Amino acid sequence: MIGPVRRIAAGVVGWAICAFARALTGARALWKGCAPVPEQRIYYGNHTSHGDFVLIYASLPPLLRHATRPVAGSDYWDTSALRRFVIHDVFDGVTLDRTRATPGEDPVAIMAAALDRGASLILFPEGTRNTTDESLLPFKSGLWHLASRRPDVPAVPVWIENLNRVMPKGAAIPVPLLCTLTFGVPVRIAAGEPKDAYLGRARDALAALCPPRE
Amino acid sequence: MTITLSPMAALFAGVFGVLVVASVAGFVLKWKVADGGQHPTIDNLIARVNAWWAMVVVLGVAFAFGKAGVVVLFAAVSFLALREFVSLVYTRPSDHAVLAATFFVVLPLQYALVAIGWYGLYSVMIPVYAFLLLPIFAAFGRDTRRFLERAAKVQYAVMLTVYGISYVPALTTLAIPGGDGLLLIAWLVIVVQSSDVLQYVWGKLLGRTKVAPELSPSKTVEGLIGGVASATALGAALWWVTPFTPWQAAAMALVVNAMGFLGGLVMSAIKRDRGVKDWGTLIEGHGGMLDRMDSIVFAAPVFFHLLRYWWA
Repeated sequence: MIGPVRRIAAGVVGWAICAFARALTGARALWKGCAPVPEQRIYYGNHTSHGDFVLIYASLPPLLRHATRPVAGSDYWDTSALRRFVIHDVFDGVTLDRTRATPGEDPVAIMAAALDRGASLILFPEGTRNTTDESLLPFKSGLWHLASRRPDVPAVPVWIENLNRVMPKGAAIPVPLLCTLTFGVPVRIAAGEPKDAYLGRARDALAALCPPRE
Repeated sequence: MTITLSPMAALFAGVFGVLVVASVAGFVLKWKVADGGQHPTIDNLIARVNAWWAMVVVLGVAFAFGKAGVVVLFAAVSFLALREFVSLVYTRPSDHAVLAATFFVVLPLQYALVAIGWYGLYSVMIPVYAFLLLPIFAAFGRDTRRFLERAAKVQYAVMLTVYGISYVPALTTLAIPGGDGLLLIAWLVIVVQSSDVLQYVWGKLLGRTKVAPELSPSKTVEGLIGGVASATALGAALWWVTPFTPWQAAAMALVVNAMGFLGGLVMSAIKRDRGVKDWGTLIEGHGGMLDRMDSIVFAAPVFFHLLRYWWA
């Protein structure tokens, strides 16, 4: 596809994916800890489903959405033309190789560069989908590295509730269930804050948004 | 010159008249009492009235398409209600196939059976076949944790949100001398919903004594008696759109209003157990679809079967 056609197609597909995600799940955004204002942020959420970043993206007001880029694994998304189209053209994603197979690639530098161009980011610090009964897996260190290098950008926790029930691992058909996204109080890194302290605070801030479990 | 309206047009004209009065009253209250500022009760009242306008327009469009229109409308209502119900109950990933089957097989099948008027199957499909097959399906998930509870909840969900609500469009499948299915739907909806509204109004005006504070903090004896009595009087006054005599219309209205009220208590008990105030946020001022439909769910099947025994 040539440039303009590809751009238009990406716009239509993006609109359709967001509309479908909202129609299926009701995607209700609860801005409890901060307001939906156009401020540069790192949105970080719990990761239970492939649809997570789509739902955060779709639940942002359009003005914020267009300045927000999901961080995704190139080892998954850069493996076919269709996936490349979806992640790069539709969502303008920032792709990183989670397998570290690309020598010399610095994932934190790639994310920091995206922040320097003014974008907000969506990322999932658990690194992989959580299929356990625990509400959150331990965080990988990427969020701390990024926050240390760009301490002015606050990290906003986003708890996604129910999406794992819509599309559990291995399911072929999504079940329409109401999902809520709770945006918590932004977490800011203190000067020289050690990794474990910061990641612990960030994880607690996200876990605090999780409704009580049965 | 006299203008003669069809009974359906007369009902809609009456409902529009009531909504105009309610909107004007909301506007006056907003400016006289609240000086145009924020006032939770008045703002909620205005939101409720506005939502009523939208709901009446949607109903009107469905009625304009006749029987097919109401089947499609209530199938959509069931879908939204089932989604609200299942979203709030505990299930496990192994229930996924069963849940998909309720949305994409049981629900469309039930409304297709209603559409073709196959009473012998739509009246037993969910209580017999879904009741037996869904847990079999769930057993294939090979996950025994809280199995009975999960199977029971899925069955209860489809009984309430699909089976119960499908009795509304099923009214069009009854062959009643002097009865028109769409008018019976309009009568049922007007009587049951006005009972809800009038209970709210009487409760706000005179409500002192709570009926069942453990179940619902807002329902009062005064609201209950005033609401059910006035909605029953309304049902009797609208006897001319039904196959009933005025006294029969009053008795039927009393039955559906009692079922609606008691159904509301059951649904409140479920919500309380789940720790929520409303089923959802779909309808501004009202909560979710199930908050609006809870009375209908309990009233429609009884109304249908009473009609079928004695009038069809």
